[in-house]
Amino acid sequence: MSQVPSELRYTQDHEWARDNGDGTLTVGITDHAQEALGDLVFVEVPEPGREVAVGEACAVVESVKAASDIFSPLAGTVTEVNAALADAPERINEDPYGEGWIFKLVPADASAFAGLLDPDAYAALLDDE
Amino acid sequence: MGHRTPLFAEHQRLGARIVPFGGWDMPLHYGSQIEEHLAVRNRAGLFDVSHMRALDISGTGARDFLRRLLANDVARLREPGKALYSCMLNEAGGVLDDLIVYFRGPERYRLVVNAGTADQDLAWIETQAQGREVAIRPRTDLAMIAVQGPEARRLAAPRLPPDLREPALALAPFFGVGDEDWFVARTGYTGEDGFEILLPADQAAVLWQGLVTDGVVPCGLGARDTLRLEAGMNLYGQDMDEDTSPLEAGLDWTLAWEPAERDFIGRAALEARRAAGGPGRFVGLLLTGRGVLRAHQRVLVEGRAAGIITSGGYAPSLQRSIALARLAPGIALASGDPCEVDIRGKPTAARLVQPPFVRHGTIRIDLD
Repeated sequence: MSQVPSELRYTQDHEWARDNGDGTLTVGITDHAQEALGDLVFVEVPEPGREVAVGEACAVVESVKAASDIFSPLAGTVTEVNAALADAPERINEDPYGEGWIFKLVPADASAFAGLLDPDAYAALLDDE
Repeated sequence: MGHRTPLFAEHQRLGARIVPFGGWDMPLHYGSQIEEHLAVRNRAGLFDVSHMRALDISGTGARDFLRRLLANDVARLREPGKALYSCMLNEAGGVLDDLIVYFRGPERYRLVVNAGTADQDLAWIETQAQGREVAIRPRTDLAMIAVQGPEARRLAAPRLPPDLREPALALAPFFGVGDEDWFVARTGYTGEDGFEILLPADQAAVLWQGLVTDGVVPCGLGARDTLRLEAGMNLYGQDMDEDTSPLEAGLDWTLAWEPAERDFIGRAALEARRAAGGPGRFVGLLLTGRGVLRAHQRVLVEGRAAGIITSGGYAPSLQRSIALARLAPGIALASGDPCEVDIRGKPTAARLVQPPFVRHGTIRIDLD
């Protein structure tokens, strides 16, 4: 059974978002997603400063199997990216909610975070798959 | 739900991710495809390949029939047990399947064909055999396990029936030995040494469990694909199909043109195609820029479309991305020359290389 940490919010596309409490969110892919993708071998992160719309494809993760788009959970501005993934994409497999984070963004509307899936709703979505 | 091999319960017990493949439910990996891949390069891995089908072909007309049916020439098989890789073509020279044929003795041959094409292969073969003194027997009673890697033969031999152990260890590459039930061949699809073992379906689980106990690593279709790609071996349905001739798939070496009077199916079409001049070449690519090469990406030379990738991916032994590609006719790229690949709209640097990329644990291309 894949992990669904209680302090995070989720999307139907299997991204997670963490509220850092400083006006930024950290974004990654869920444990379920990394397991379904298999061993990751390449990650393309967005440019810091890029403005993204909600649901916009802004990163790519490639596993041994296939390439998958990562969609921004919220509209906002990318402030920081996980540069370590360039040499170590496997961090997403090993620690999807920690060292495997992908980018940080400042949301255009901070209140939109509450509109993402809560852990129970995401876990229910996984049960339906 | 697809067909299940006699080892399906073993895959489930080992926590395999199961995927549909060629009409079968098969293991993709058991946790980490990369670790499985490296286990085969460094030591030994085992694969359930029971979805592939063995077809026994026998009778006084068997040899002449196979010389007509196959683009390679079974007359090259003189010693019992010897194996031959061949394409089976349609009249237009397209590849119906690629297969291995074993010479088991006078008038006795065994073909091993791909899973996804097995039914249509059988129908084609039966049609072509009409009026000939040939018996065709699909061996759906057999399972097939591949044990591959530098330590594979040493680890597998003790698990064979006692009377097969020494003959199996004495096999030269591309030979097989056995009887109607057990048949062991020193063949494979990984670029490493090893065995492919055909055995009665009801004995497959015992062999599988024994090999796992001995430390041979279970490997899924994912590792099988990256291993064969590194070895520069074609995958049917991806690198060639009914609409592709062996000439465009790097399989010229499997075509036995001599003797000239041997009229194999597809020969006339291939000769016409050769005479018409330069079919596109089949080449290897090494990605030098960032990303992963994938099937269907376009190869670019000076910004213009110059070919198409037929198989691509991440090569765990190289920690780089590689591909097999078909260049358009007249593209004058040589090994070592730079080109680009269109990765999601971004031209990305790559270089032409000569497959195989890896053989017997050794990197065979220049990575710098």
